[in-house]
Amino acid sequence: MEGVEKSFGATRALSGVSLDVAPGDVHALIGENGAGKSTLMKILAGVLTPDAGRMSLFGSPYRPTGPLDARRRGVAMIHQELTLAPHLDVEANLTLGTETTTFGFVRRAGRRAAIRDVLTRLRLADLPFDTPVGTLSTAVRQLLEIARALLSGARVVIMDEPTSSLGRRDVERLFDIVRELAASGCGIIYISHFMDELREVATRFTVLRDGASVGTGTLDAVDDDALIRLMAGGAPTTGTRAPSVRGTPLLVLDGLEGHPRPTEASLVLHRGEILGITGLVGAGRTELLRAVFGLDPVVSGSVTLAGIGFSADEGPDARWDRGMGFVSEDRKHEGLMLDLPLSVNLTLSRLEPVSRAGFVDGKKLDAASREWIDRLGIRAAGSNVAVGSLSGGNQQKVAIARLLHHDVDVLLLDEPTRGIDVRSKAAVWDLLRSLANAGRGILVVGSHLPEMLAHCDRIAVMNRGRLGEARDASTVTAHELLTEAVSVAESRHE
Amino acid sequence: MSDSNAVRLVRRLGPFLGLALVLVLFTALEPDRFPTAVNFRTVLTQTVIVGLGAVGMTFVVVSGGIDLSVGSSIALSTIVIARLLRDGASPAAAALAGVVAGGVVGVVNGTLITRLRIAPFIVTLGTLQIVRGTAKYLAGEQKIDAPASWLAGLMAKSPDPSWLIVAPGVWALILLAGFLAFVLRRSILGVHTYAIGSNESTAVLCGIKVDRTKVLIYGLSGLMTGLAGLMQFSRLTVGDPTAATGLELNIIAAVVIGGASLSGGVGGIAGSLVGALVMAFLANGCTLVGVPNYAQEILVGAIIVAVVAIDRSKRGT
Repeated sequence: MEGVEKSFGATRALSGVSLDVAPGDVHALIGENGAGKSTLMKILAGVLTPDAGRMSLFGSPYRPTGPLDARRRGVAMIHQELTLAPHLDVEANLTLGTETTTFGFVRRAGRRAAIRDVLTRLRLADLPFDTPVGTLSTAVRQLLEIARALLSGARVVIMDEPTSSLGRRDVERLFDIVRELAASGCGIIYISHFMDELREVATRFTVLRDGASVGTGTLDAVDDDALIRLMAGGAPTTGTRAPSVRGTPLLVLDGLEGHPRPTEASLVLHRGEILGITGLVGAGRTELLRAVFGLDPVVSGSVTLAGIGFSADEGPDARWDRGMGFVSEDRKHEGLMLDLPLSVNLTLSRLEPVSRAGFVDGKKLDAASREWIDRLGIRAAGSNVAVGSLSGGNQQKVAIARLLHHDVDVLLLDEPTRGIDVRSKAAVWDLLRSLANAGRGILVVGSHLPEMLAHCDRIAVMNRGRLGEARDASTVTAHELLTEAVSVAESRHE
Repeated sequence: MSDSNAVRLVRRLGPFLGLALVLVLFTALEPDRFPTAVNFRTVLTQTVIVGLGAVGMTFVVVSGGIDLSVGSSIALSTIVIARLLRDGASPAAAALAGVVAGGVVGVVNGTLITRLRIAPFIVTLGTLQIVRGTAKYLAGEQKIDAPASWLAGLMAKSPDPSWLIVAPGVWALILLAGFLAFVLRRSILGVHTYAIGSNESTAVLCGIKVDRTKVLIYGLSGLMTGLAGLMQFSRLTVGDPTAATGLELNIIAAVVIGGASLSGGVGGIAGSLVGALVMAFLANGCTLVGVPNYAQEILVGAIIVAVVAIDRSKRGT
């Protein structure tokens, strides 16, 4: 790949990426969340077409017309979310879409030898062909994904965070297999955040930052520190803002454990404070907020708001009642009701102030909505428009306005500035700061470190379900946070 | 997306335009027999049972659910009323019991759906059979004759007193539909109903007690079904365990023709009532013109599919 570019609307996802993989090579692709890794892989796998740049495969130009074409030409992607049909058996899954048929009926015998051969290579020689895939472990299912790629004759295999849901022993088996595949002449692109893993299995590396490749070389020639510096970019940055006045403790988490994540989270959120939680995607940050808000069950530990704990059978309604609100990262599927009016979205958690005797008062509803439309500068034709017709930034303001209408003390925000433009981002952060200054406590999950450092008072890192200690944003650096996020937690080695 | 308000207006007016079309068409075809006071009175009376069911069903459908048990539930109501009358209960008490029976079936549906976390389609497919069986058991597998009472007058085409102009059942439908339209649009329960149907995850996130609200919705819908059962009894003047078989599909059809979406979040009482009227006038007009019954059925089926297809294209999805 050379100088590959891709834009989505005004957002430039990739701006000049170059990458080369030789047969027998395991190539590590490294970068922060949002650096453009997924976009790059989708282009390779034929899901997206690049706007500019050249790609070639075995010396000839490579321009896949779709995922099927990419696969036919020998490029296979092993997805993070597995794509097997759980009700079908092993054989049916492996031959899905490429069945050999006689008069429209599947002829099974034909390819059994080939399947057995591939499974033996993957150390699954004993696996019966008629096992329903849904009954197998994640590790075995992942190997079946690889088996499917091999059966279709893949020469380039892309693996996206393949170890994220595996135990230590399965990881080692996977590494052996990856090394064998490379030895047999496959080129492998291996995406992971974990330095120790990459060093164990990969030989060369490419670092992506903000959609561009910023470094490439041999892993043996660089140390972790240098790689992290490449990922974080430039000089170490720390927060610039002066520490704000911290009030009394508001929200206290003590040894909170959910299923399967978080595994252990403790923190104290004070009045007047913006506390950031960062970490890699999949580290359990969203799960932490959901457990705090009663959307997911708490296995052990406690959530205490203003000195009083929540019992196990109390859900989100109890959280709202006691002054805690939550903004989901998934606006479309969870945060908002896109086809309902802005006014309803804004007031839904607390209709009482805009109602009389159980009936919503249209005038009060409109007045309450207009108040927030004006105060937050929401661009909308009126309070009655469907919220789905607003821009992303304005939708996000509506989602936050719901918490303000409810007048909560504690705001839980999951990626509140994701997918919105730069000016809306600044407006959201300004709003959060003024809320903190008014004595509220704000717990915000975010990935973009410079942004988090610029706006949070303290930042804690989540790593594989464990929440680290919150550190002062004016003294900690992006480099330190990133190191903590990609380091291997002790529990991995047990 | 800027024309979403225009789309909404068309969606809301669509059923009314359809009704106007049906009225104009049959007035042109049968100017002497179709547009008469007597005929309209007949059609309105014929709309009452489906109309009452459709008003309740609108709540269920807007919340993203469905209730297939209403036909059986109507039959159960007629049996409860007839048995109580036969055993000497007052007509008012028997009528009340019939309505409550419908409400109980609704609450059971709602409870099963929320407690067992089974899809409403499956739960009510089950209760459709269970309630029908219960009605037959209570009736001893035959019709139950009941002593004459004023209940029969509820659905009389020539009402007594005559200043009512239309049957008391028609008035009951108009008044209840008006009130419940206000409840659905404006009450907290109504807003929660739309919210659950539009996006249940968001409703949970906003602290709405979704399970409790659903039981309320199915219970309310059940009461309306019970009332439809009372009107069915009034028309038949006997308790019939096989009455209203398959009527749930007519009721759902009325709601869908009225502009509601079976995936929830969209719909209204006025639309559903117009949907019921479209079907009733269509049946009546076809009979007057001499269109055979089989053709009517094909026509109604085609309209249901056409209405949803037009609605889809308007939304551009």
